[in-house]
Amino acid sequence: MSGSRSFIVKSLARVEGEGALRVRVDEDGIGITEFNIYEPPRFFEKILVGRAVDEVPDLVARICGICPVAYQMTACRALETALEVMPPAGVAELRRLLYCGEWIQSHALHVHLLHAPDFLGYESGFAMAIDHPQLVEAGFRLKGLGNRIMEVVGGRAVHPINVAVGGFHAWPAESALRDLGADLEWGLGAALELVDTVSGFEFPSFERPEDFVALRHDVDYPFNEGRIVSSDGLDIPAASFQEHFEERQVSWSTALHAVRLPSGAPYAVGPLARLNLCRDRLPPRAAQAAARLDWPQGNPFRSIVARSIEIVAACEEALKIARAWTRPSDPPRAPFPLREGMGSHATEAPRGLLWHRYAIDAAGLISAATIVPPTSQNQARIEADLRAFLPAVLPLDDAAATLRCEQLIRSYDPCISCATHFLRLSIDRVVTPR
Amino acid sequence: MTDPHSAEISAAAAPLPRRPRVAVYKFASCDGCQLQFLAAIGKHPELLSQVDFVHFLEANRAVEPGPYDIGFVEGSVTTKHDAERIQEIRRECRTLVTIGACATSGGIQALRNWGKIDEFVAGVYATPAFIDALATSTAIAEHVPVDFELRGCPIDTGQLVEILSALIAGRKPRVPATSVCAECKADGTVCVAVARGIPCLGPVTQAGCRAICPGHDRGCFGCFGPSDTANLVSLNLHYQAAGVPRDELLRLVRGINAWAPAFRVEGDRFAAGEGAS
Repeated sequence: MSGSRSFIVKSLARVEGEGALRVRVDEDGIGITEFNIYEPPRFFEKILVGRAVDEVPDLVARICGICPVAYQMTACRALETALEVMPPAGVAELRRLLYCGEWIQSHALHVHLLHAPDFLGYESGFAMAIDHPQLVEAGFRLKGLGNRIMEVVGGRAVHPINVAVGGFHAWPAESALRDLGADLEWGLGAALELVDTVSGFEFPSFERPEDFVALRHDVDYPFNEGRIVSSDGLDIPAASFQEHFEERQVSWSTALHAVRLPSGAPYAVGPLARLNLCRDRLPPRAAQAAARLDWPQGNPFRSIVARSIEIVAACEEALKIARAWTRPSDPPRAPFPLREGMGSHATEAPRGLLWHRYAIDAAGLISAATIVPPTSQNQARIEADLRAFLPAVLPLDDAAATLRCEQLIRSYDPCISCATHFLRLSIDRVVTPR
Repeated sequence: MTDPHSAEISAAAAPLPRRPRVAVYKFASCDGCQLQFLAAIGKHPELLSQVDFVHFLEANRAVEPGPYDIGFVEGSVTTKHDAERIQEIRRECRTLVTIGACATSGGIQALRNWGKIDEFVAGVYATPAFIDALATSTAIAEHVPVDFELRGCPIDTGQLVEILSALIAGRKPRVPATSVCAECKADGTVCVAVARGIPCLGPVTQAGCRAICPGHDRGCFGCFGPSDTANLVSLNLHYQAAGVPRDELLRLVRGINAWAPAFRVEGDRFAAGEGAS
C-alpha cells in the first residue's frame, strides 16, 4: 500500500506581487521545482500598442509601483533612440538622481522590512521592530529619503509624473535639490552602518556559479546606460539583446522565463550581478565597503549585503548630483518628431537589467512593444538555485524547509508585478511506506 | 451595485472596542497602493499601535485567520479565480475598502475591455492556452458591495491616513469630492488648459493628488478618476474648439481609469464617431 503526503503552505510573503513555489519530493528525490505564478497577466505590451509616444512613460510606470522609474527611464531612452532625440543638458544628471532615489527606497524597503527579518528570525519588519527598533526606523527613514528624491525630481514617489520623452516636463528648483543634502549625508552614514550590520548576519553556505549579467559603463556605476556584459565575457550593446537572450513561456507561470542563447542556460541579474561585474565603477565610500567582502561572490543569500552597498553608492551619487546640478536656462524637454522609428534600451532597475524595445509608426503611435523585466530574467536562475538548494533542506520538517526556500527566493527580491506578464509555496512529499 | 464613493461606512458607525484587525489583499495591480501603507507607517509609526495588520502578505509572513474588521483591496478582478476570491474576502471583512484605480475602476489593465482577450493573450504569450484571464478587468464594486473607495493611481498617503483614522474613530472619512481644479486654485497654479491650451482632465477628475501635473507644466491625465459632477462632453467640446484632435482626447479618457463610468461613456461616445468636428 502506498501513501502520499502533501500540503499547501501559504502565499509567499514579503515579496512584491504574488506567486507560488511547488516542490515535489518522492523516492527518486526532487521531482519538480516550479514557480506557480499567479500574478494575473495585465498585457502591458499589448496595451501600449496604439498609444502616443508621449503617453508611454506614464503607462509603463504602472507596471510596477516599487520601481516605476526603471520603466520610465528605459522607455524614454528606447524611444529617444528610436526618434534620434537628444534631451537637453542637465537631464541626464537629473534622471540619474531620480534613479538613485528609486534604488534607495526600493533597496531600503527590501533590506530592512522584507529580507532582514529572515536573518533575525521574525515574520515581518513590524514584528522585528519591537526588538530592533533602530534598524526598522533607519529602514523607514532611508525609504522616506528615496521617496523624497523621487518627489523632488519626479513630482511623486509612486508613479512619478515629471518624466517625459525628451527630458522632463518641468525643471525642479535648484534649492529643492540642495535641500536634499543634509538628509543624504545622514543616509550615507546610515547605509555604511547598514553594510556593517548585514555583513554580520549568518549566511547559509551556498555557492552558485557565476552566471551574472549586468550593464557596464565606461566610467560610472550602471544606472541609465552601459553595455550588457556577463561573467563569461559577453559584451554587447543593448540593441543586440535579443540575439543573446530569449524569453520562453512555461506552463506554470504568467511570467516569461529568460535564458541565454544559444545555451538556454539561466542567468542572474540584480545587485549581486552588478557588484560582481562593476565593483571597479563604485563611488569611493561604496568601493571601500565592497572591498571588505570576498569577490567574486556567488552566494545569493549575500545579496542583502550587495543591496546595502548599493544604497551607499546611490546616496553618494545622489549627494554629488544634488550639490552640483544647476538649472539650465533651456526648456527641460527636447521636442521629438512624429515619425516611424524603432529603438531599444537597457537600464539597471533595482532588481536588475531591464530591457525595452519599441516600434513607432508614421503617425507617432506605438506599433509594437517588448519589455523584459529583471524578475523574469532571474526566474530560471531561482528555479535552478532551488534545485541545488533543496537537498540541504529536505531533512528539515516541511515548515522549516518552506522557510528556507522562501528565504532563498526573497534574496532575489522578486518583483512579481514587474514580471509583466510571481509565491504560494507547496511541497508535495510523496511517501511510500516500506 | 452600490455607490461606494458616496456611501457612509455604516459598519464603522461606532469606534471599535479594540485595535481593528486589518487585512490587505492584492488583485491585479502594481503593488504601488500597498506600498503607500508602508509610506504611511513610515510617516506615522504610531499607526502600528493603533491598527493590527494581521493579513498583509507584502509585509508580513504571519497571517491570522479572519474575520477581519477592515479589509483593504488593491487591484482589479481579471481572472475567474479572483472573481471567486473576492466573494470570500467580502464575507470575512466587516468593512471593505477598495484602494486605487485598479480596485475602484479596473485600472489601466481595463484597456483590454475594448479588445478581444484572445488577441491580448496571443500578443504577449506564445501558448495562450496556459493563461487564465477574463475578457475584462473590473472594479471590485462590480462584484461585491464596497463600503468605501479610495481613489488614485497611486492612492494618496494623506488620504489613507485619514481613512484609517476615521475607521479607528468610527467616523465618516473626510475625503474631498471636488475636482483637481480646486487644488490648482488653492495652490495658485496657473491653469494649463486656459493659459497654454494643454488638454487637461483636471476639471473632471477627483481631487487628491494635489494637482501635481499642472504644477509640473502638464495636463492632468485622470489618476483619481472622474469627479462626482464631471461633465466630459462640455469639457471636450471646449478642447475640440481649441483644436485638440479627437484621437488625443479619446486616448486621454481611455487611460488609467478608462473603465470608470463617466470616462467610459465619454470614450465610447468618441469611439462611436460622435463629437466629430
